[in-house]
Amino acid sequence: MSSGAIVALTAVLIAASCALCGVFLVLRRMAMMADAVTHAVLPGLVGAYVLANGPNLLAGLVGAAAAGLLTVWLVEVLTRSRGLKEDSAIGLVFPAMFAIGVVVVSKWYSGEHIDTDSILFGQLEFSWLDHFMFQGRDLGPTSFWMGGGLLLLNTIFLAVFYKELKITTFDPQEAECLGIKPRPMHYALMAVVAMTAVGAFSAVGAVLSVALIVIPAAAALLLTSRLPLAILGSVGIAAIGSLGGHASALKFDVSIAGMITVILGLVFLLAALISPRKGLVAQFFRRRTQSRRFAAEMLVVHLLTHEGTAEEPIESAYVHLLDELEWSPKYAALATREARGRGAILMVGDNFRLTASGREWARDLAEQKRFMPA
Amino acid sequence: MNPAVTVRDLTVAYREEPVLWDIDLDVPEGTLTAIIGPNGAGKSTLVKAMLGLVHSSSGMVRIYGRPYDQVRQRVAYVPQRGEVDWDFPTDALDVVLMGLYGQIGWLKRAGKKHRKKAMECLDQVGMADFAHRQISQLSGGQQQRVFLARALAQDADLYVMDEPFAGVDAVTETAIVKILHELRSQGRTALVVHHDLDTAPEYFDRVVLLNVRLIADGVMSETFTTEKIRAAYGSRVAAIAQ
Repeated sequence: MSSGAIVALTAVLIAASCALCGVFLVLRRMAMMADAVTHAVLPGLVGAYVLANGPNLLAGLVGAAAAGLLTVWLVEVLTRSRGLKEDSAIGLVFPAMFAIGVVVVSKWYSGEHIDTDSILFGQLEFSWLDHFMFQGRDLGPTSFWMGGGLLLLNTIFLAVFYKELKITTFDPQEAECLGIKPRPMHYALMAVVAMTAVGAFSAVGAVLSVALIVIPAAAALLLTSRLPLAILGSVGIAAIGSLGGHASALKFDVSIAGMITVILGLVFLLAALISPRKGLVAQFFRRRTQSRRFAAEMLVVHLLTHEGTAEEPIESAYVHLLDELEWSPKYAALATREARGRGAILMVGDNFRLTASGREWARDLAEQKRFMPA
Repeated sequence: MNPAVTVRDLTVAYREEPVLWDIDLDVPEGTLTAIIGPNGAGKSTLVKAMLGLVHSSSGMVRIYGRPYDQVRQRVAYVPQRGEVDWDFPTDALDVVLMGLYGQIGWLKRAGKKHRKKAMECLDQVGMADFAHRQISQLSGGQQQRVFLARALAQDADLYVMDEPFAGVDAVTETAIVKILHELRSQGRTALVVHHDLDTAPEYFDRVVLLNVRLIADGVMSETFTTEKIRAAYGSRVAAIAQ
């Protein structure tokens, strides 16, 4: 396998793992916590490195999970006992954790397996270098083992606890009443996130890790209102981001981690534009339809008010819309076009007349508004 | 016969600020009881403390004579509608199915039997046509009825509801009242946090008047009096209620 293919596949495996746990983090509005945990795993990794006397994947995962859970717990303690807001508590805890890791690495391990550069920006580029050796046999790139392991971990976690994750996210009180405890679920999810963060961390570094966790999930949740589809979509978007990011980074000779994040950002932007319910495009059309209908409604109610009165010939004339209703010619045209399109009015000479259905519509409207509770 | 709910000496405080002081209360089986009191009286806190959703500083709660942990299956809770995120990616049927998660068990998915049950409950509250509607697309009243259906799916003996009538339309209000009467006719019990003094005597048999302390508790005709409402709310509101 070429070094490029190894790098691309590593990126896909790790991004897909992040995308899986990301969905529930985004639904729980915990993007900030995700950022905190991805940074806070560093001292855990360093501790594991020291204890295991070198790089060791399992020790690293355990250390990261411990550091991640410590962060979550510290934030909880600060929020409860000191009355801090959660975001302030997060802002206090994770830089402290991260700083401890950075200090230790820069003092004793600079130039070794982990240095400050790779902490900040990851080492995806070099993922093909390290091979997993067991009893003298080469078992392929270490990054595959890590990425594949994390993907398996996340898949199993979501499959086993799908119901529990869902209900403790949507309605923790109901979950509690049903005997499904939200707190252990919360800590289990955070442990998985912390271990997944190790992958993200080694691939794209501390700064961009949160992007892998949050962006695919957030984009997928814009595109669908079904949870299983959102989870699949999140993984799909992660794969697109990794492959697209890798290819374009090679083409423009720039950082792979940076380019993956850029592509993910673009996908999110696209999702924000075309999202069927919350998208900017959908909102634009919905507003336009609403404002057109309202213009037509004003017109038919106005015509109904003066229908059969002495002023009707004046009130129903086109010029009257401009003079007395103070509509711009453009708005008057929009209202009349919409009302005609709905078959509510006819033009007779210079005047508008309500059709039978237009009259009924106007009466309904007048009635609705009168009886509408404030 | 054990009362459905027994509360003794219940005190709940947030940071040494008492929200509920020394509450003693019995809710007889087969009755519809309203919990009434002004804002900040601790109505929601009372039901949450009963269900262990908030920590109580002291006191004892028994449900059908036993600690709540042992009788979970006999209790269904309907939280306030505003307490969950209705943007959550799911539909009405799925929310009702969540009420059955305690029964479905670990590693298993909701089966045909569960879906059928959930559909029946949606039908009971007039929401069968909306089973596959994304929950954010439902009106407030419809969301409330979905919550009610979820509680019905649990087939409980005690229904604890937090402000089910708050901000709902007339159709929903009628539907909830109908369900409450059905529950009572089946010998079940409902304990409902209620905010509307006007409708309380019409909808409920019993009332708990609360303002941090228990002001009064008993059958509607004897308990829901101007004097006692005044004691709970202060004189001005009681005059309006007349």
